[in-house]
Amino acid sequence: MTLVVKQPGLLSLLHDQGRFGRASLGLTTGGPADPVAANLANRLLANEATATVVEVSFGGLQLLAEQVTQIAVTGAELSIKVDGEPRPMWTGFDLPSGSTLELGFSEIGCRTYVAVRGGFQIPESFGSTSTVVREGIGGLQGRKLEVGDRLAATPTRRVEPLWLPPSQRPRYHRRAILRIVLGYQEDDFSHLEQQRFFSGEYRVSDRCDRMGYRLDGPQIHTSRTGLLSEGIALGSVQIPADGQPIILLHDRQTIGGYPKLGVVLSQDCALLAQLRPGDAVHFRPISFEDAHNAINLAHVFESARRLESAPR
Amino acid sequence: MKLKPAGEAAVIAYLGERNSPEVSARIQALEHALSEQLGDKLRDLIPSYVSLLVCFDPLKTDHYEVADCIRSCDSSLGDVSGSAGQLIELPVYYHPEAGADLETLAEQRSLSWSDIAAIHYQQEYRVYAIGFAPGFAYLGDVDERIAAPRLSTPRKQVPRGAVAIADRQTAIYPAESPGGWNLIGRSPLRMFDADAEEPMVVSVGDRIRFRPITRDEFVAAGGDLL
Repeated sequence: MTLVVKQPGLLSLLHDQGRFGRASLGLTTGGPADPVAANLANRLLANEATATVVEVSFGGLQLLAEQVTQIAVTGAELSIKVDGEPRPMWTGFDLPSGSTLELGFSEIGCRTYVAVRGGFQIPESFGSTSTVVREGIGGLQGRKLEVGDRLAATPTRRVEPLWLPPSQRPRYHRRAILRIVLGYQEDDFSHLEQQRFFSGEYRVSDRCDRMGYRLDGPQIHTSRTGLLSEGIALGSVQIPADGQPIILLHDRQTIGGYPKLGVVLSQDCALLAQLRPGDAVHFRPISFEDAHNAINLAHVFESARRLESAPR
Repeated sequence: MKLKPAGEAAVIAYLGERNSPEVSARIQALEHALSEQLGDKLRDLIPSYVSLLVCFDPLKTDHYEVADCIRSCDSSLGDVSGSAGQLIELPVYYHPEAGADLETLAEQRSLSWSDIAAIHYQQEYRVYAIGFAPGFAYLGDVDERIAAPRLSTPRKQVPRGAVAIADRQTAIYPAESPGGWNLIGRSPLRMFDADAEEPMVVSVGDRIRFRPITRDEFVAAGGDLL
């Protein structure tokens, strides 16, 4: 079962759950920008959670199926056509032999996930298939998908396709409230600066990608100068000299020397990574105890999301 | 030692204010102790100049357990000697044809280019951090006489193996990349090889010595000056 890339769209990347435990080599984690949507794409096809999917940023991907293939599309909403006929998102369906899947472009949210039954068959590098273009690691030779790439699905028996009822689906918006655990250099940001940060409205700037989202809004200043480079956690809120926060995401460098006020919750990083330039962001502080509870609750919530047999 | 939260699933431990061989050796020892103690509760450990970022699986443990574990590991380490750490020798061909900034640097310091080279290879360094790019190791501290700020305009392409100085740090570029460090020589070694069983020659906490080699030795070891 092989799919051939007819159009790669703006940025289509192969990902499993990410590359952990390799920071000692300077390798970042990578992994899907919205793990919730990526995981649901796999669940709709009864795949392992570790199966490799394609993350499509902004849409435009076109795939030709050489053999019949079961697929599912989740994440930011866009139109799906198979040989010109519309198909639904959040539902497993058959891509007939010789047919072409065409994704349109998303308008709200920007990361869409395409899974195939069995997952894409991609050799692991450093324990993961996730593509990090900056490092040239993972996926196909460490790069984004290009016209003519051939993507084989791991041969697996067919399954009864599932769907996620509309009430159970994630929704994407033009704004997000991001919860932050204060930490790192929090003591180097005065009470007033922190007030300004948590009461202000920020907008996603044009400089946003899988490495980080730079925001425009109230400038934040710190008394800290000359910080020795240190490990950067996913979601770190970095404040460079110009005072405009940068939220560091999956393809961030593993170490860096800019002061950090705290760290955005991973589930809120997924919301942020779905935002587009111009979308609004607010911040809210949360204790690390509450953050711990939130992540454990989210885990329970995800496993309770009810998938059903696809309506015929 | 100071501990700070680094989000929902990480704690950062600061083991000193300034980097030194002692602090670096202690970070490395703490890293080993934690990976034994916490096992699969850990997701990643990121050592750097004076800190260790401990990333854990929040479904298996929490900040309190991890912080307690860091404190107890740290106190059971006792004194760690700054001379701890594996010693690794890295060959370097020092010559203006291999290091584009060697002569400029020599002129600025009123030294010969071979003086610059000698000051660079006559001391021992420590790997303080690995990051920026796969396999990019930050070594310190460079002798003040040859310390040099980054170039005001970074080069679009620095060749793989370039040996370079920025402030009091030195490094060997693991791959061809843009870069603003001052180039003083070339090593035939690949600092990062994704296909090799051991992808990196060095790890954080290792002690490093540079060994000067001739042009012929450089070429014989697979070096390429183009």
